[in-house]
Amino acid sequence: MYNFEYQKAGSVADAAKAATGEAKIVAGGMTLIPTLKLRLASPSKLVDLGGIKDLVGIKAEGGGVTIGAMTTHAAVANSAEVKKAIPALADLAEGIGDPAVRNRGTIGGSVANNDPAADYPAACVALGATIVTNKRKIAADDFFTGLFETALQEGEIVTSISFPAPEKAAYQKFRNPASRYALVGVFVAKTKAGVRVAVTGAGEGGVFRKKSFEDALSKNFSAAALDGIKVDAKGLNSDIHASADYRAHIISVMAKRAVAAAK
Amino acid sequence: MPTTVSMTVNGKKVSGSIEPRTLLVQFIRETLGLTGTHVGCDTSQCGSCVVHVDGKSVKSCTILAAQAEGSDVLTIEGVAKDGKLHPMQEAFRENHGLQCGFCTPGMVMSALDLVKNNKNPSEQQIRDWLEGNICRCTGYHNIVKAIAAGAKAMA
Repeated sequence: MYNFEYQKAGSVADAAKAATGEAKIVAGGMTLIPTLKLRLASPSKLVDLGGIKDLVGIKAEGGGVTIGAMTTHAAVANSAEVKKAIPALADLAEGIGDPAVRNRGTIGGSVANNDPAADYPAACVALGATIVTNKRKIAADDFFTGLFETALQEGEIVTSISFPAPEKAAYQKFRNPASRYALVGVFVAKTKAGVRVAVTGAGEGGVFRKKSFEDALSKNFSAAALDGIKVDAKGLNSDIHASADYRAHIISVMAKRAVAAAK
Repeated sequence: MPTTVSMTVNGKKVSGSIEPRTLLVQFIRETLGLTGTHVGCDTSQCGSCVVHVDGKSVKSCTILAAQAEGSDVLTIEGVAKDGKLHPMQEAFRENHGLQCGFCTPGMVMSALDLVKNNKNPSEQQIRDWLEGNICRCTGYHNIVKAIAAGAKAMA
């Protein structure tokens, strides 16, 4: 690691003030610390949100849940509120990394980092979540703007994420056998306003919605409704782990499994 | 610029002057001289560096010592009491849950966190919990048996 200054922020306002220029915010650090160790980033300063108690916690609200940005994956996976309102979200959290990683990694960090193979972005987009920052509220559809890119501006920090409860939902992922990251992950949510399908792991630009699946499932919410809908490999990642064609095929398979598993 | 970090490790208050980039595992091994916590992969995958921070298992190669400021840390050295192996350690010995022993400290620390949350884990639950602990010798079978026996002995 290159050296850097370290500052533990006492409040979100403190953190926003400190996180300017070449400084970087660290939440749980499960992505950032390995990135620093590989010298893929060299921030001048790390601003740690770890001491801000207001950012931790889960509240049941209006049938859905609001989750503080510094809430760990383990806390989401084990939350009675999340299990009741959106069991698919608790299942997703339980499937991230391994137990020790889930004890440190946070939902806010995952969402702000927008790794193209991260799980949470798919949940945010499919469930129509709202990302709340210290400045504004951003619809998930507008938040994830590209590979590791979000709508966040300098000094803007995710404080919580609100998920409305769907009628049914499920997340299914096909893990890379070595890294265990999602080679393809599909989150399907049946809501009052129709069905939303979000795909992670596969797209060149990160998470995206699969419109043709949404239309078919809104008419008929069954795995069979997806039979015969071709997924175009254009715009999908192709690398040593899987070709774009393979990912296209797996998107269909995971979407069907998610529809079948939805609860 | 060096900074001072203080925490409780195995019940003892400790502090040291470190660079901000110092990992918790470096602080534990190099500053405190507690070399039971190992560095295997150094990429957050193998779990041989697992310690407990404020009662939760974490990979000490993927957290800065500064992030653990003020925390209560438990390493493998703090597990045995009065010269007597902890029941989980005893279960690893009894069930031949190790061969070279390199991954063992992390395995034991992970196992203790599992049992804290789940007093009577099934074989599948133990195997799932070990997702982030890699062993290159045993084939895991005896580790799983050891953890099941350890959990029983702790009940």
